[in-house]
Amino acid sequence: MARRYQSKLTWDDVTPEHLFLNRRQIMAGTGALLGAGLIGGTAQAQDALEPNTWEEITTYNNYYEFGTGKTDPSENAHTLTTSPWAVEIDGMVDNPGTYSFEDIMAGVEVEERIYRFRCVEAWSMVIPWNGFELADLLTRVGVQDGAQYVAFETALRPDEMPGVRVPVLDWPYREGLRLDEAMHPLTIMATGIYGRDIPNQNGAPMRLVVPWKYGFKSIKSIVRITLTDEEPPTSWNMANAREYGFYSNVNPNVPHRRWSQDSERRIGGGLFARRVPTLMFNGYEDDVASLYDGMDLSENY
Amino acid sequence: MSAAQTINTAVRRVPGWALYIVGAAYGAWLFYLGATGGLGVEPIEALEHRYGKIAFQLLLVGLAVTPLRQHVGLNLLCWRRALGVLAFFFVLAHFLVWAVLDVQRLAAIWADIVERPYVTIGMAGFLCLIPLAITSNNLAVRKMGAASWRKLHKLAYPAAVLGAVHYVWLVKGFQLEPLIYLAITLALLATRFRPTKARVA
Repeated sequence: MARRYQSKLTWDDVTPEHLFLNRRQIMAGTGALLGAGLIGGTAQAQDALEPNTWEEITTYNNYYEFGTGKTDPSENAHTLTTSPWAVEIDGMVDNPGTYSFEDIMAGVEVEERIYRFRCVEAWSMVIPWNGFELADLLTRVGVQDGAQYVAFETALRPDEMPGVRVPVLDWPYREGLRLDEAMHPLTIMATGIYGRDIPNQNGAPMRLVVPWKYGFKSIKSIVRITLTDEEPPTSWNMANAREYGFYSNVNPNVPHRRWSQDSERRIGGGLFARRVPTLMFNGYEDDVASLYDGMDLSENY
Repeated sequence: MSAAQTINTAVRRVPGWALYIVGAAYGAWLFYLGATGGLGVEPIEALEHRYGKIAFQLLLVGLAVTPLRQHVGLNLLCWRRALGVLAFFFVLAHFLVWAVLDVQRLAAIWADIVERPYVTIGMAGFLCLIPLAITSNNLAVRKMGAASWRKLHKLAYPAAVLGAVHYVWLVKGFQLEPLIYLAITLALLATRFRPTKARVA
């Protein structure tokens, strides 16, 4: 029972790769000419949404298990064994157990979702994901009455992940959603990008994508899903609760402790790109605002 | 001839102005790379961080000149002014990329400086370096007198500490690299106090 959500962005919004590359060359050339005159540069329209290139999406990543540099994951993540892969699903479910990747995929419908992706570090992309609605998997395993949260865990493999030698975070990486967020039709498990298998640095073989939340909520390379009645501990919140809340909805009105969140750098614009305003719930306000009716979003950041 | 003497001789053959040319060319080269896709898909952040780190490294090398001379017998004194002035210009470049290319709006730049402590600290370090850059010439040394000039240039110490704290503060999670830089900074400053203590003892 997928296809609950239909993206307003379609393949018509995708710039053909040859045009895109061409445009980039033109921009780079113009940028160099503009030089210091960039203050007078024209602002980029916020709604000119074009998915980022494969190169941009797969070489600029935060996946600290493979290093804290943006290019570390694309350089190091090839060591991750993604097949065989299994996900342990436990907690308040009717059918707990270890589900192989193939088993999970056999029971779901893969769709394409072109989503905005907004990192808490104030940069953003548009990514054409392929994946299935998390709700389908949760429905299949049977969520028990009383379950209110879903906890997720990333694989922890010191032999394959050079970054976990340093306690950047309290490994394994953990994330969580409220059950209604997890069941929302926008919430997907992504297994591909641009119709290809999702690369390791982007969270292969299976990662969460919650487009109205900061990117770190969209946990990668998931090996465990637990249904629970308590708000689960989440990695960045454990590391620094003042800076990273459990909800972490994209919100231009609630600044991060160390930087403003009211605008963002769109990856792909080059050195002279104008910042674009950040949208409430990353532009998905109509779809998800009702989940937070009556909640103080600056308290529950 | 010892290794230190060999190096000292070689160093004397390279005048300070050559360092300015190399430094300026490297800064310009990085800018060119950023503008043409050579710094990855997000050149603003990349250039900002590269300039900042080079500035900090130059500052640390400048602070290493004295202990290297005292404890290792390495004499880089003829490069120290160039190292310091280059450090200042890379901090300036780092600041300009941050302000003009990254934050972009005056109000937001000001808000960051006054509201975000790690930016405030970085700015304070930058301000410390301005009088040093202005007085990094023989005329200033003559006019000020060597003693007060040296006193003023001790501002390089707080500038380095502020730079190190700025770096430690801006990263996410627990990361080793900025802590290593902080440790090097403190170690270099500690060497300045050791001889005094030895004399007292």
